[in-house]
Amino acid sequence: MKDKLLVTPPPHVKSPKAVQGIMLDVVIALLPAAIAGAVLFGFRSLLIILASVASAVASEAIYQKAVKKQVTVNDFSAVITGLLMALTLPPDVPVWMPVIGSAFAIVIAKQVFGGLGYNFVNPALAARAFLLAAWPLHMTRDWLNPMTYEALSTATPLVGFNVTGQSGLTLTQMLLGQRPGSIGETCILALLLGGVYLIARDVIDYRIPVGYLGTLAVGTWIFGKPGALFQGDPLSGILLGGAFIGAFFMATDYVTSPVTPRGRLFMGIGAGLITLMIRLWGGYPEGVTYAILFMNLVTPLIDRYVVPRYYGSGHDAVARKAAGGETR
Amino acid sequence: MITIIKKMIGGVSVPDKKELSESSPIEFAGLPGELILFLSQHIGAPSVPLVKPKDTVKRGQVIAEPCGFVSVPLHAPTSGVIKAIEPRYHPGQARMCEAIILEPDGKHEPAEELSPAASDLDGISPDEIRELARQAGIVGLGGAAFPTSVKLAPPEDKPIDTYLLNGSECEPYLTADHRLMLEQADKVMFGFKGLMKAAGVRRGIVCIEDNKPDAIEAMKQALSAYDGLELAVLSTRYPRGGEKQLIQAVLGREVPPPPGLPYDVGVLVSNVGTAYALADAVLTGVPLVERVVTVTGEGVAKPSNFRTLIGTPVSYLIEKAGGFKGTPGKVILGGPMMGCSLRSLDVPVFKGASGILVLTKEQAVEEPILPCVKCGKCVDVCPMGLQPLWISAYAERELMEEAETFRAMDCIECGCCAYICPAKRPLVQWIKMAKADISSRRSAQKKS
Repeated sequence: MKDKLLVTPPPHVKSPKAVQGIMLDVVIALLPAAIAGAVLFGFRSLLIILASVASAVASEAIYQKAVKKQVTVNDFSAVITGLLMALTLPPDVPVWMPVIGSAFAIVIAKQVFGGLGYNFVNPALAARAFLLAAWPLHMTRDWLNPMTYEALSTATPLVGFNVTGQSGLTLTQMLLGQRPGSIGETCILALLLGGVYLIARDVIDYRIPVGYLGTLAVGTWIFGKPGALFQGDPLSGILLGGAFIGAFFMATDYVTSPVTPRGRLFMGIGAGLITLMIRLWGGYPEGVTYAILFMNLVTPLIDRYVVPRYYGSGHDAVARKAAGGETR
Repeated sequence: MITIIKKMIGGVSVPDKKELSESSPIEFAGLPGELILFLSQHIGAPSVPLVKPKDTVKRGQVIAEPCGFVSVPLHAPTSGVIKAIEPRYHPGQARMCEAIILEPDGKHEPAEELSPAASDLDGISPDEIRELARQAGIVGLGGAAFPTSVKLAPPEDKPIDTYLLNGSECEPYLTADHRLMLEQADKVMFGFKGLMKAAGVRRGIVCIEDNKPDAIEAMKQALSAYDGLELAVLSTRYPRGGEKQLIQAVLGREVPPPPGLPYDVGVLVSNVGTAYALADAVLTGVPLVERVVTVTGEGVAKPSNFRTLIGTPVSYLIEKAGGFKGTPGKVILGGPMMGCSLRSLDVPVFKGASGILVLTKEQAVEEPILPCVKCGKCVDVCPMGLQPLWISAYAERELMEEAETFRAMDCIECGCCAYICPAKRPLVQWIKMAKADISSRRSAQKKS
């Protein structure tokens, strides 16, 4: 009997929450947006989503087999990457694009750095940036009109909004996603449903989406109307582009966002500011991808300087003062 | 005066499982076949044996004397014959330690010199209480086992204004303190007043978590007999009863980082078991030779609270609690958050051991350790404001100096970070490794 007793270091009870369950929660939270995308932009978008997820999972399994590592596709993180990759693509892109994109995300952005936990940028966004650089025309022109599934002859509403400060859409249209855009970014209600689910389940910290969307809204209100201050339309600013999917599902990626609550607030605010600058003064109509990627790169810096207040630190401060006001 | 405290920095909410044993009255566990009495029952220098094999001893007789200031004597818990003095495995220190092996003769005969020191606190001076605490071998029974007589004599330049009696018992499953407060409230309170008198402290606050309403009621009754005592009822959250956490929550003060101690902010903290042991020593003359031990868990037939002789083997206590229920998966000495899992059940209860927890085969699963996903949950729950993920990452790579700059030494090893970690990483173990390395490096530096 003796040798059958398990001997491990404490604690001997653990929280039931595990990485796999958390990742599954994120998949569940993304489903409303994926379904909305399939409804709004038709069967094609469903095909893109499936191809993207399949490619992500297959890439991870093949790579891990090839380098003789344990295959970890059952942790659902590759499914999330595949889903996110697809949801940020225009609905009319060729089906090989999500396949290449997801393979790039998994192999180049994630696995070569050591896999889950070691990547320094969000894999889906890194792949999106790669696709944007490699096939810019597909990535900026393959839009469809919602419900009619017709190819778009004009620019997306966000492009017009950036120039004129007016969206030309009703609030209902924007909430339901009845506008051209990436597959999963348009239906705000679906994204909000998933985001609130993740916050309620304590999977993500509200500080990132609130900091992000809040900053973007305030900034759009101040600078959003060309030639005038404080007359912009903050609501269209956050509802029209990819800010919602970015704020709730991309910027909140654990691995590439800060580990302290205050750090996460800075992450949100920083991403909001950069999105705003790219949209208003940059060459791209949309800035979410690069804003979050930039903040991913800044995350180690934030983690270095934004640290929690440690217990008993007041005594150290007093001692430093007594020693002549030295800070170190 | 009653204060209700809900606020806490960090911490986790763990199913407390107290219902298993909280309604079992304290029973005497009886005399086992042999008692294993470690010479190192406490923090500080081990005691030095005064007996040799084949000596006969009586209950309460001194069998080992203190060695140095931070040390206490050891007493025979019952009458019998010394079988041997030999090294035995000490689970608390994870190494072999010298122990006196005592074979009880079944008579449980007290030594002649055991007599009450006083019938009330007016009849005994602070100095006498401190000396009695030392002679009676009393150490902190909350787990750290620091000699109480040393605690009661803080340096002259550290005035103490408040004494906290810790009855929070925040470790899940354990109910020893709960039952003690419920059944022996008057004696616990008497002991607390004794501790306060010895330390020359006027203000005393009894601190209990709100998951023990009957104990709160009993202590409230007992407390009304004295002036100047307060009650603090704290919300149930682990590690509520950590000394530093309690001081922070109840008094709004923070103990300075190590080597800071509670007396640096004018506070002393003692466990209810310690207060009871002191009361016992004053009122009956019996030194610390027994303590209350909870034997519980889904893996024992009859979860119980036992008045247990120090040195009683774990196997004996599990038998007393009706034996195993189903197949045992893990046996833990202490609570589930900070206790140590046992390889063998032949190890004894020592002064700092408050419980034995048996988990079933189904509960004792070893989960695979995944890479850190940097979710930051360990940072959210750390009651010390540390970042366990970075400390453990450095410790894992043997970068101990970096671990030190991330304040590894501040860690109280409560286990909240490892509890919450979704990647199931043994964060505390790595931090402990860093602490051990840093300590040994520091002491080597001191020597050179």
